[in-house]
Amino acid sequence: MNQSRRSFLKYILGGSLIAFIGAVLYPVIAFLKPPKSKSVEISSIKVCKVNDLPNDSGLIFKFGNKPGILVRTPKGDFRAFDATCTHLDCTVQYKKDMGVIWCACHNGKYDLNGRNISGPPPRPLIPFKVIVQGDEIFVSKQL
Amino acid sequence: MKPNIWRRFYYWLDERIQFEDLIRFAAKKYVPVHSHSLWYYFGGVTLFLFIIQVVTGILLLLYYKGNEDLAFESIRYIMTEVEFGWLIRSIHSWSANLMILAAFIHMFSVFFTKAYRKPREITWLTGMVMLFLALGFGFSGYLLPWNELAFFATKVGTDIVGVIPLIGKPIQIFLRGGEDVTGATLSRFFGFHVAILPGIFTIFLFIHLLLVQRQGMSLPMEIVPEKAMKTMPFFPNFLLRDLLLWLIVLNILAILAVLYPWELGVKADPFAPAPAGIKPEWYFMFMFQTLKYIPAHIWIFDGEVVGVLLFIIAGVLWTLIPFWDKKTARGEKNLLINYLGLFCILYIILLTILGYLS
Ligand code: HEM
Ligand code: FES
Repeated sequence: MNQSRRSFLKYILGGSLIAFIGAVLYPVIAFLKPPKSKSVEISSIKVCKVNDLPNDSGLIFKFGNKPGILVRTPKGDFRAFDATCTHLDCTVQYKKDMGVIWCACHNGKYDLNGRNISGPPPRPLIPFKVIVQGDEIFVSKQL
Repeated sequence: MKPNIWRRFYYWLDERIQFEDLIRFAAKKYVPVHSHSLWYYFGGVTLFLFIIQVVTGILLLLYYKGNEDLAFESIRYIMTEVEFGWLIRSIHSWSANLMILAAFIHMFSVFFTKAYRKPREITWLTGMVMLFLALGFGFSGYLLPWNELAFFATKVGTDIVGVIPLIGKPIQIFLRGGEDVTGATLSRFFGFHVAILPGIFTIFLFIHLLLVQRQGMSLPMEIVPEKAMKTMPFFPNFLLRDLLLWLIVLNILAILAVLYPWELGVKADPFAPAPAGIKPEWYFMFMFQTLKYIPAHIWIFDGEVVGVLLFIIAGVLWTLIPFWDKKTARGEKNLLINYLGLFCILYIILLTILGYLS
């Protein structure tokens, strides 16, 4: 009898202790988790004028809160991609002398269709849609 | 003659504090004198450099602003406007590197002399935790100037954490304070760097030092304790030598900080392409370089995942060595451990060099 009373008390006390620790730790841990940012979901943006970007060059632009890259091929076509390298998150750039989109971090290369052609990147760049309206260039997410 | 005022002050204090006990506690420890005694000094050097970090770090705090728009400018202000600001910053940066170097040397010397064996397992564990914390100090401090190199190195570093299955992504978001490396990341790293890490570090340091003081210095296994073993009292003999070495380290530090002032670089721009020459701090280089050599896919796994997991497993095994090195625990010679340690050192040096050559 005495024995079981003792173990009953032990469970009650132990249980309350755990509940107490939980009640203290939970808010702390929840506090550490950053709130979901209200990311600026944009679907389309005006990047620049056609004449701003000569043939065989590239431009980084803001797409929401991420960088995008607009490339004008030597022939004069426009291509746009998410500029985040698929390897480890660096920002890519257009490399004129090699005619590729290049990531300086680990020498990753993509062709002008965004395909990963050499170096560590495991996947192609995410493409955007380019729309030329008059002399203005718009870029939008591909659905 | 009038009783000396200092004497009277000393007696006044002594009546209240009882110095005798304290001195006995400090003098109890003897440091063995033998051919490997040199290695006993590196723990003390690490401690000294940590103290320098705390002092210079607190000074920097008076002007540093941990905010995306102001961080870079505040450090430029420290370096150009504040008197001796360039020196304080340069010392903090150099001392950070020397501290990690000293900690590695200390750790390996403990490893090879097998000082982790019973009864010093907890000393080894607390030491390893502090080594990891020191790496955390380095990683978080590196971002604080908010320059281009640090920005992209942090992107890459935290992205690598994200590849760990299951827990990687939540840890990554916790570290970055969101999905991407932004001003929120800077605020977090600032908090880790100047408050959370120093707090945790201090607790472990206290336990570590207390254990060292209580257990005294271990003898390397090769050295057979003779009856007439030469020793020297820790207090004051060894401590004075410690202090002399600290003075030398301080001089080396001053020379490095003055002759090679730490650079600031170019302010980070999240909407600029990554510059060439992104590299982590030298003490992460061997891991970073290893990842480069691992093929993109191994069987059905991503190469990076395999690499990161291997390093985590290696780190855990290394930390737990007192518990699985049974042979040393029994007091037998375990050459395997020596070869293992040698392999690790050579591997780290080789890959670090390769990393800087490529
Ligand atoms: C209480 C202790 C510490 C405080 C209050 C502190 C504070 C600071 C502050 C305010 C900065 C930004 C200024 C700057 O970047 O020059 C900084 C940078 C830095 N800290 Fe610390 N720190 C502490 C300890 C440490 C330790 C123990 C380490 C390394 C093991 C360390 C490594 C660094 C590094 C590598 C930087 C970047 C230096 C640079 O590029 O400017 N800090 N620290
Ligand atoms: S991050 Fe682009 S190649 Fe590694």
